[in-house]
Amino acid sequence: MDVLLLSRLQFALTITFHYLYPPLSIGLGLLLVVVEGLWLKTKNPLYHQMARFWTKVFALTFAIGVATGIVMEFEFGTNWATYSRYVGDVFGSALAAEGIFAFFLESGFLAVLLFGWDKVGPRLHFFATCMVALGAHFSAIWIVVANSWMQTPAGFHIVGEGLAARAEITDFWAMVFNPSSMNRLSHTVVGAWQAGAWLMISVGGWYLLHRRHRDFALASVKIGLGLAAVAALLSLVTGDASARGVARNQPAKLAAFEGLWQTVPQAPLHLFGWVDKAHGRTHGPEVTGLLSWLAYGDSGRPVTGLEAIRPADRPPVNASFQLFHLMVGVGCLLIGLAVWAEIASWRGRLEQSRLLLWLLTLSVLGPQIANQAGWWAAEIGRQPWIVYGLLRTSDALSKVVTANQVAASMVMFIIVYLLLFAVFVFLLNDKIRHGPDDGDLQPTGKWALGFKAKGGAK
Amino acid sequence: MNFGSLDLHTVWFALVGILFAGYVILDGFDLGVGMLHLLVVRRDEERRVFLNAIGPVWDGNEVWLVTGGGALFAAFPMVYATVFSGFYLAFMALLCALIFRAVAIEFRSKHPSPRWRACWDAGFASGSFVSTLLIGVAMGNLAWGVPLDARGEFAGSFLGLLHPYALLMGATTVALFAMHGAIYLVLKTEGELQAAVRRWVNPLIIAFILCYVILTLATLLYVPHITEAFRREPWFFAVAVAVVLAIANIPREVSHGREFLAFLSSCGAMAGLMAIFGIGMFPNLVFCQTEPSYSLTAFNASSSEKTLGIMLTIALLGIPVVLAYSASIYWIFRGKVKLDRMSY
Repeated sequence: MDVLLLSRLQFALTITFHYLYPPLSIGLGLLLVVVEGLWLKTKNPLYHQMARFWTKVFALTFAIGVATGIVMEFEFGTNWATYSRYVGDVFGSALAAEGIFAFFLESGFLAVLLFGWDKVGPRLHFFATCMVALGAHFSAIWIVVANSWMQTPAGFHIVGEGLAARAEITDFWAMVFNPSSMNRLSHTVVGAWQAGAWLMISVGGWYLLHRRHRDFALASVKIGLGLAAVAALLSLVTGDASARGVARNQPAKLAAFEGLWQTVPQAPLHLFGWVDKAHGRTHGPEVTGLLSWLAYGDSGRPVTGLEAIRPADRPPVNASFQLFHLMVGVGCLLIGLAVWAEIASWRGRLEQSRLLLWLLTLSVLGPQIANQAGWWAAEIGRQPWIVYGLLRTSDALSKVVTANQVAASMVMFIIVYLLLFAVFVFLLNDKIRHGPDDGDLQPTGKWALGFKAKGGAK
Repeated sequence: MNFGSLDLHTVWFALVGILFAGYVILDGFDLGVGMLHLLVVRRDEERRVFLNAIGPVWDGNEVWLVTGGGALFAAFPMVYATVFSGFYLAFMALLCALIFRAVAIEFRSKHPSPRWRACWDAGFASGSFVSTLLIGVAMGNLAWGVPLDARGEFAGSFLGLLHPYALLMGATTVALFAMHGAIYLVLKTEGELQAAVRRWVNPLIIAFILCYVILTLATLLYVPHITEAFRREPWFFAVAVAVVLAIANIPREVSHGREFLAFLSSCGAMAGLMAIFGIGMFPNLVFCQTEPSYSLTAFNASSSEKTLGIMLTIALLGIPVVLAYSASIYWIFRGKVKLDRMSY
């Protein structure tokens, strides 16, 4: 295998593994704010117990997120040196902002969140929890802005020629608010909320299925569902906005997502199907005019097909198509599940359907599959470009790194990540089987004082 | 923000240096604690005290490396690209070691089996040791100089990075971080455990000073471009003397029981060492040993003035806030380690 393929595989492997964790941190971070806020407001010790339990799960996901995140930062330089030189002036400032505004905030206050229960009062602890959640969200902002700049570059000019060409920033805010960044950011963040929310629901559902920790489980499912339902619907809204942006800014990518070959008015939308690249056709059930309507709000307007794009500039069509459809399909299933569970919960029948509880238990996989498929679709759909329309992926490699070196590091990552994943699953399983501590229903230390003083005053 | 005639290249050379110095000082003691973890104590509870001494802060400390790397990418993309791709295998090994260290800290105490804990203890110690050694070797190579071609690409090999001067810098870094970690542990422990740690302080100081003297001699003899910088500005020798005085001060403070001052002395010494490194290198970020005019400097390898200005605005907005809450967090977790049920 050549360096290009190996480097792309290694990046795909490391980013896919990394991306299992930050969405969980973002989603769970927000839920920790909700649960701890409820505890401070209602003084119901159940929420204290929940905050304690979910903090432990949060710590687990955060640890692997940080450890695998450093890899990503290094890899731009190690494997994609030409790319780094090309985009450093633009991309680097977003990455530096991420470090200064997001990572310090997140990791600094995480110390208080994890170890500060008995050292600081409840209000300061709650503040720390809010800062951790805020930091997690900030980290999404900067990296998605940087990635969106690669999709729809703006606010820059090119200096130098040939191998020495590079992008230089001309307008910082135009770079930050490039045409796709806000749509993609909102879509990514609500996807992350779903990841956290469905994890909480899934654990609660599993307890209900096994008739354990009933109060804790019901509260977890209900709070999780509140966020999951909102986030699932917002995923649809933000996804729609995002896709309309792709239609405007990256026509080749949209054509690949939808397997559209001819530029026609009344462009059809395939519900699912298979792209026959050799014959330039897509097989499967289609709804005529729906794609035109979704892309432009006008079913008569033509949508650019792949045939209008030079073969050398087309992304891998079938992979883009399948991954995009997988994301949309799983997203729709999650909306359905959220609605079903909300209705059951509202009518007090959550525990009566074992099928529903089973589906809720398995639901944790849904957002992970959709988030990963979405990222793969977004990145594969941008090919053959690493910076859309400006720099080809094949030109972006490190010139001095050999295939053997990448193969060696790839083997190392596979071994280390398999080990990490096994340890993560083992410990998560351990925590879930152990369940919430009943001791946490009687808060101690400063938490107990706050509790009694407030209770006594009333 | 408009910074007028301020030389942004020099400012960012200094700022990247400060970020990496912050990393070395802060994560230096975490890595030092890791290296001493297997050597100084045997009992599970004592090892947990070691882990929890750095428990609340190591994560934030590692962020200095992440931010330093990000700042290098943004301010000096040519340097970032050349060094990271040129030192490919070394950086992959560093990543592996840092991952093991991080994960070992998190996971060691999450399961009670002695075998589980012994495995992660080994991961914590070896991850810390390898990270430290590789950081030192990388710095040694930057000081010694690496072969570059006319386009600023690395033109050497992995084995070529393991020459005696770089290894000497690696050994010095190991001794320095171990010394720094031991002093930090004196600050965070009490009773018998503290006595056990204290026995390690003086030998580690001696080991470091030995390495430091040899390294300095080697630098004066074999690394002319750094010696040159000191010859131009002789007052820089004052920094070197201050470092020695700060280190000599450590045993005095420890024996008087002023543990915090001992730790501050150690931090000060490390800041001084990083300053010497920066002064010796300036304006080079990567010195080209084959053809000095190919060297990557703060002036020929930087981003545009506009980006440097934007980033300085970001840094001026962000860094004071970061320093304020980082200091508060250190304040919250001050004092001796007490194990509780949230501990590692």
